[in-house]
Amino acid sequence: MRKVAVLGIGQTKIAEHWEFSIRELAGEAVFRALEEASQPPIDGLFVGNMLSPLVEHQSSLGPLIADWIGLRHGEAVKVEAACASGAAAFRSALMAVASGQMEIAVAVGVEKMTDQHPRDVTFGLATAADADYELDQGVSFVGLNAMIMQRYLHTFGWQSSDLAAFSINAHQNALHNPYARLHMAITREDYERSHMVAAPIRLLDASPIGDGAAAVVLAPADRLPPGNRVLVTGSGAATDTIAVHSRRDPLFLQAAWRSARQAYQQAGRQPEDIDFFELHDAFSIMAALSLEAAGFAERGQGPRLALEGDIRPEGRIPICTRGGLKARGHPVGATGMYQIVEVVQQLRGECGPTQVPAARVGMAQNIGGSGATILTHILERD
Amino acid sequence: MEVPRHWRLKKQRYALVGEVCPHCEAKIFPPRDVCPECGGEAKTTFQFSGRGEVYSFTTIYNPPRGFEENVPYTVALVKLDEGPIVTAQLTDVDAEQVEIGMPVEMVTRRLRQDGDERGVIIYGYKFRPRSLAS
Ligand SMILES: [Zn+2]
Repeated sequence: MRKVAVLGIGQTKIAEHWEFSIRELAGEAVFRALEEASQPPIDGLFVGNMLSPLVEHQSSLGPLIADWIGLRHGEAVKVEAACASGAAAFRSALMAVASGQMEIAVAVGVEKMTDQHPRDVTFGLATAADADYELDQGVSFVGLNAMIMQRYLHTFGWQSSDLAAFSINAHQNALHNPYARLHMAITREDYERSHMVAAPIRLLDASPIGDGAAAVVLAPADRLPPGNRVLVTGSGAATDTIAVHSRRDPLFLQAAWRSARQAYQQAGRQPEDIDFFELHDAFSIMAALSLEAAGFAERGQGPRLALEGDIRPEGRIPICTRGGLKARGHPVGATGMYQIVEVVQQLRGECGPTQVPAARVGMAQNIGGSGATILTHILERD
Repeated sequence: MEVPRHWRLKKQRYALVGEVCPHCEAKIFPPRDVCPECGGEAKTTFQFSGRGEVYSFTTIYNPPRGFEENVPYTVALVKLDEGPIVTAQLTDVDAEQVEIGMPVEMVTRRLRQDGDERGVIIYGYKFRPRSLAS
């Protein structure tokens, strides 16, 4: 397999983009990435998206977006893995270039969520769960995460407000990210006052939806001189049962552990080598579980990293340095691509007040469903 | 309305029919063709007792479309006496009284009325509190 480098990145602000269609949003991110990459000829396009058939009544995003960006006749497919669609599209592009099937591949994650009534979006998100055995019982996506959090607090003896430190860090970091959905610092008091969405999950545990797109251009590493390249050095993907109730242990993200282990092995890295970690804090409980499964905390001890400040940009293992899902926003099928783009920005030293000092090795982890599909990627400055 | 899909699930929904693995005796719900414990083929049906305890729970205020009439309602992960966990609504109980470890038993209730012109009503399992003596 060939080494693969990032040639260019692009993203849109996450917002209620009522004036832009799904193809325009994806196009904007791709055009920005291609411009950075000096307009190379593209061999293929991989589109990460979850909800377009349900929310936009549009399937076949491959040719739809290929047409819009001028890639007529080129290979183009959509990759769907619920909220992990973005990283799944990235991994497909990575494998295409690494294997030699393509010279230049583009991965774009795009989601449009604000055109429909929120209840339809709630339903759409819940289709990531088991339709026969979870959704038909009336449980929402936030409800599944709430049951995981409830049991976690009970088992490990935390208060729900102990998880507030995850949200506070994310909101603080998003203040310096112009692409973020929310620019609003919050306090522990704000957290405790925020309304209960599905107990024990409060509004300030939950990430906001939004419209957005993020894109990356990949090419063989030898097209660039060593020195300031960003290489993709590790990639892992794994699954667990689609339903929370069928997991061997609902409080451990087995697919996160397994995909992280694959990525570590490929990159020749360990958790101690990771300078920062863009994890999937769709709900604050997921941040804790992700830190634990990826080897940064003992089981049940994830919240300690947040409470002691280890997750802040100057801390031992900074997370959500651009706001995370909580404050950057969570346009579901695009989120995994935002994480990759943000890792590249950190490795290039472009993050201003939330820049991680001497960032050389970054990791991203994207979670689909309530833990059913999880991808982990390691990128390094070389 | 997906009538065949709900019709296919009637044994599971009305009677908690799962499987028992002929190789390792594991009880399996929902059913699947391969035993999650030993990897052997598992197609022997098994009817669960319907008794269990609350493993975790939450209250739903913002339901997916189709469940508006019951809001707010409590959903739980119920650990069945035979081992597996199922996702189900709790009924005949105030949300404030629910706690982890609470003993529950299965009952059949209306899950939702489908919103379209055919008005199909879907029934299935929910769980209610049971006294430890029963
Ligand atoms: Zn077995």
